[in-house]
Amino acid sequence: MSTEGNALADRPRSSVVGIEVPHESAALHVTGAALYTDDLVGRTPGVLHAWPVQVNHAHARITSISVDAALAVPGVVRVLTRADVPGINDAGVKEDEPLFPDEVCYVGHAVAWVLGESLEAARLGAEAVEVAIEPLPAIVTIEEAVEAASFQGTPRTISRGDVETGLSTARHRFGGELQIGGQEHFYLETQAALAEVDEAGQVFVQSSTQHPSETQEIVAHVLGLRSHEVTVQCLRMGGGFGGKEAQPHGLAAVAALGAVLTGRPVRLRLTRSQDMTMTGKRHPFHASWEVGFDDDARIVALRTTLTADGGWSLDLSEPVLARALCHVDNAYWIPNIELHGRIVKTNKTSQTAFRGFGGPQGMAVLEDILGRVAPALGVPADELRRRNFYRDGQSTPYGQPVRHAERITQIWDRARETSTFEQRAAGIEAFNSAHPHRKRGIAITPVKFGISFNLTAFNQAGALVLVYKDGSVLINHGGTEMGQGLHTKMLQVAATALGVPLDLVRLAPTRTDKVPNTSATAASSGTDLNGGAVQDACRQIVDRLREVAAPLLGVAPHDVVLADGRVSAAGGGAELSWYEVVAEAYMERVSLSAAGYYRTEGLHWDAVRMQGSPFKYFAYGVAVTEVDVDGFTGAYRTLRTDIVHDVGDSLSPLIDRGQVEGGFVQGAGWLTLEDLRWDASDGPARGRLATQAASTYKLPSFGEMPETFRVEFLERARESGVIYGSKAVGEPPLMLAFSVREAIRQACAAFGPVGHSVELALPSTPEAVFWALTAARQAQAAGRPAPRAEPEAHAAGSNGLLDGVPATPVPAEG
Amino acid sequence: MSARTEVELAATVNGQVRAMDAVTGATNALDWLRAQGLTGAKEGCAEGECGACAVLVARPDEQGGTRWTAINACLIPAASLDGAEVVTSEGLGTPGELHPAQREMAVRGGSQCGYCTPGFVCSMAAEYYRPDRRACDPGPERGPNGFDVHAMAGNLCRCTGYRPIQDAAFALGEVPDDDPLAARLSRPAPAPRATVLDGETAFVRPAHLSDALAALAETEGAVALAGSTDWGVEANLRHRRVPLLVALDHLPELRTFEVTPERIEIGAALTLSEIERALAGSVPLLEEMLGQFASRLIRNSATLGGNLGTGSPIGDAAPALLALGASLVLTSVRGDREIPIADYFTGYRQSVREPDELIRSVRIPLPLLPRSSFLKIAKRRFDDISSVAVAIAADLDDGVVREVRIGLGGVAATPLRAVAAEDALRGRPWDLGTVAAAATVLASEGTPIDDHRASARYRAAMLEQSLLRFHASTTEGVAS
Ligand SMILES: Cc1cc2nc3c(=O)[nH]c(=O)nc-3n(C[C@H](O)[C@H](O)[C@H](O)COP(=O)(O)OP(=O)(O)OC[C@H]3O[C@@H](n4cnc5c(N)ncnc54)[C@H](O)[C@@H]3O)c2cc1C
Ligand code: FES
Ligand code: FES
Repeated sequence: MSTEGNALADRPRSSVVGIEVPHESAALHVTGAALYTDDLVGRTPGVLHAWPVQVNHAHARITSISVDAALAVPGVVRVLTRADVPGINDAGVKEDEPLFPDEVCYVGHAVAWVLGESLEAARLGAEAVEVAIEPLPAIVTIEEAVEAASFQGTPRTISRGDVETGLSTARHRFGGELQIGGQEHFYLETQAALAEVDEAGQVFVQSSTQHPSETQEIVAHVLGLRSHEVTVQCLRMGGGFGGKEAQPHGLAAVAALGAVLTGRPVRLRLTRSQDMTMTGKRHPFHASWEVGFDDDARIVALRTTLTADGGWSLDLSEPVLARALCHVDNAYWIPNIELHGRIVKTNKTSQTAFRGFGGPQGMAVLEDILGRVAPALGVPADELRRRNFYRDGQSTPYGQPVRHAERITQIWDRARETSTFEQRAAGIEAFNSAHPHRKRGIAITPVKFGISFNLTAFNQAGALVLVYKDGSVLINHGGTEMGQGLHTKMLQVAATALGVPLDLVRLAPTRTDKVPNTSATAASSGTDLNGGAVQDACRQIVDRLREVAAPLLGVAPHDVVLADGRVSAAGGGAELSWYEVVAEAYMERVSLSAAGYYRTEGLHWDAVRMQGSPFKYFAYGVAVTEVDVDGFTGAYRTLRTDIVHDVGDSLSPLIDRGQVEGGFVQGAGWLTLEDLRWDASDGPARGRLATQAASTYKLPSFGEMPETFRVEFLERARESGVIYGSKAVGEPPLMLAFSVREAIRQACAAFGPVGHSVELALPSTPEAVFWALTAARQAQAAGRPAPRAEPEAHAAGSNGLLDGVPATPVPAEG
Repeated sequence: MSARTEVELAATVNGQVRAMDAVTGATNALDWLRAQGLTGAKEGCAEGECGACAVLVARPDEQGGTRWTAINACLIPAASLDGAEVVTSEGLGTPGELHPAQREMAVRGGSQCGYCTPGFVCSMAAEYYRPDRRACDPGPERGPNGFDVHAMAGNLCRCTGYRPIQDAAFALGEVPDDDPLAARLSRPAPAPRATVLDGETAFVRPAHLSDALAALAETEGAVALAGSTDWGVEANLRHRRVPLLVALDHLPELRTFEVTPERIEIGAALTLSEIERALAGSVPLLEEMLGQFASRLIRNSATLGGNLGTGSPIGDAAPALLALGASLVLTSVRGDREIPIADYFTGYRQSVREPDELIRSVRIPLPLLPRSSFLKIAKRRFDDISSVAVAIAADLDDGVVREVRIGLGGVAATPLRAVAAEDALRGRPWDLGTVAAAATVLASEGTPIDDHRASARYRAAMLEQSLLRFHASTTEGVAS
């Protein structure tokens, strides 16, 4: 086992991993030559276009759908309704997501699809479809759902120790609530599929999907076919971020159904507003919490209830909740803890995976608590955080030992040093006292993020490596490319494992008829899993080539070394080229292709008791951010961010840096800017997403990038048991962005008296920041040292210091 | 409609003349390009927000030459490219022979998923070729090569976090002499073509104002188009279809710019980018406003005529023009008339402009009030719509408010003058007491609403803060 692990993690002397290479498609990207699913439309003759019939009601029973008027619209070819489904009418795997519903479950729910010769014809056809409905009462907010006991899925609890005693004996006790906003993925490429049927009835769907195997499975069950009759290909995605893990399936199935029924290719691409109103987002959460600290400001006990807004169907809400519960602790040791989680069912889009998969929402709770209570404990927030870090030998609330816990402190201290945190904090104090209308804040926050799918079975992957007689190499693996650079890393892994130059290896698009039964490219695990599988396939070939080369070199097979396109004896001497050995292998009838397979060892997880070791390892990182807040408006700028992140030994530094920076900015968007507003009024627009376009839903642009942005990787960080000693990097950096929100909190506090505790809505938009700093100013004007007096230690039944103060000052929906 | 002779529409794209068949007035340029197999330009939003559709067009510069100008292809009718020269990401370079902007983007990790990349490359190339881009000391949001980051403010990237894109932009060198696109700059831009496209949605581009006025008067439901940045959104997102579009963008009568001792007169169909260059900072309030108006991509098309033509209460030009005491020249077959902008708006998206009238120009009286400030409240710093906009112009000579004009946007059904607050200031000493009292008055002007952009409470608070901020800026040199 350990030798296996080492072979996986050890890098040969000359390796192509670790080298800084641009994205494998970079030259195609920049010239517009790279093709995405919808770019194929003009290259597909006779294509039909699909347009959804969306109903603008949050909740209603459908009493009839009349398509006659639609069919009369010139250019309309067919209207797809429930009656057309030959197989299972479900867009998911949980049977709670009808593809053609009887009930409208959220505003914008698509109940039928129109196929037209042009997009315009299909749209006009959709306008002409008459849907008769009977309105039903709708649940829009988490509070309404809790009140109505509208839950779905199984509630879960993680617990350890004795929280009741912990809280009641704690020297300082606080309680409060936090509303955590959702987030739209806003992948620049909206959901798209293009389906065709060939002469043998094989259904071929090109889909912008992170999970081709599941897309295939669902297309097959909707069509009443078996998996081998459906092939799904994903060329590349224009971004995914989790939004294309479960959401593309139903759309691909609609296109496939249309293709089967009409015999013509069908293209389905959502417009931005359709995508925003129809597909799931990051789950909004509500958290209520109680926490106790001892005299040294160490956490004694924490109890929290997380309520996730799952939307109208379950989708991935259960695993998202599990990951949220597994990440409340973040990097902190909490001896007594009780984490409750539940999922409400609301009349909204079905919320889904989004980079971090619940982890960010879980972490937000404790990071928010620490930021809020630090002033009341009289300890600087950075000191409070450091004091509570995990130490070696401690384990998480779900029972997994925190391996390499020392790295948290090591990275933290390094980040403080490289960012000159101390000096800058002093400088900021001086700046703030000189500027009545502008304040700066600096904050440092950690990330500990568990890597692997919580569900053990998903942690497997396959690959196919083909070596042609001329020595060129083509690889296939089960992972999809959405910009994260997975394909680039796989090329580097294959070149390294085969000992050939990078330009000898090509990669073919992801297809279900090349590698079957793949897991979603998700949970940051794409490289770990597929890299293991690619390496396994390459090693099989290398072992065979060693047998071929050994007699030619006059050494034993295990002494044959393949490197840089040369095949030689370990001790030196004669040398053959890769080409010669490949050609010889062919002549000797030695197979030059191999299917690789990988599964992550050492995982176990009891999903009912919520105990075990679900993660192969933890990824660590720390960020230091400084912001500047305008006291007149609440607008802020991020002046500087310094990140130290643990990517193990980087496989591809340029790619990894891109993931760290991109994740950080995306996280900052979620925490401080991106604002999903659903109409919660009783008016006719109830349940409508008010921010359903790029003009109303603002994601970070250039102005949100830190003006100075420094990223450093932890050095000598080899992770044993992972492909070439690396660590996953897709999701963890998103949570480094807590440093932005905490820095804003520090800046707001500077408008108030010493010891003022700042409550900040999430997202912390300029308006939210303005109210937070206004509260601070008012406290200053009132001469109060803090918003409440001393915390009421031991106050039985009391929620203490911060309770009763609304966490979101401005609900203003509509 | 009067009989017209059909001439086939065509544009030169990446050096190749492409006829526009199967195009109606409702076909946007992005869809047309993509139907040509040029799928480099992408649709990310279809409303001018993401820049994935950006392409370069050859536009006239002020010296009789050409400027490569980046615009949003999703917003304009394809027919408006009749006679134009267009360059897309495919035309800038090929995978084997990358353009400098493409090369820097590729090697620095400027693309991840790559979907936004062709658009970024076009915005970047436009700035690369900007004739007055000069190596300089890097300032805020400006590279050592003179590259202005704001050139890319209309491009969104969800993957990279922008740092590598900025590095790529700042790494661009001087334009070599033998660069074919640079060589194009010294020759005149393609001459405006009088375009006629009949059909269900017809499109005409008259050569003269009188023809435009006649076309508008003749066809019921005809819509005038200037930059099409508002119209494009209407057409793409709200699927508005009309019988006739009348393009004003080339009308010489609407593209004038004149400075006399009494006033500055700005043609209604000049693009905002052209106005910025023509004013060259001479009207600080407009400069401040335009700097925060949408993005460079949008400003390359958007006009004052279009901004005032919609009568939108959240347009940014109106508050500034109110504070400047500007007036509008309206024109029709009956002749011209001048209306103070304060009298122009009559209700939500309504004005005194008759259906057959066009805005011909905007007149700003001189001399300007010496101090001014434009405060735009939005969620995002670059390229966002105002939830509140406050424009202030004042004469504070000797510490007394000699004159003041305050224009507000986003707080009522129309843009409005904050008359009560002005009265609370005029003639009083410019001190914190006066300002605080007037700020309270200002906070109660208009009838702000709650929406997804901001709460009514915040909007009112921002009115109050705007005056306090202006005061601080005049006394402490504190800017935003
Ligand atoms: C992404 C994006 C960002 C934006 N950001 C801002 C912003 O920050 N601030 C802001 O204020 N606006 C913003 N806008 C709105 C828009 O860009 C402006 O209103 C612009 O000034 C409109 O000018 P245009 O020439 O493109 O108008 P068009 O779309 O061509 O026309 C708009 C309307 O005005 C009429 N019209 C045009 N010219 C005339 C004329 N000469 N006389 C009479 N009527 C005329 C047209 O008939 C039409 O009804 C934004 C738009 C987009 C798409
Ligand atoms: S498609 Fe987004 S700006 Fe044109
Ligand atoms: S690289 Fe994906 S959106 Fe920019």
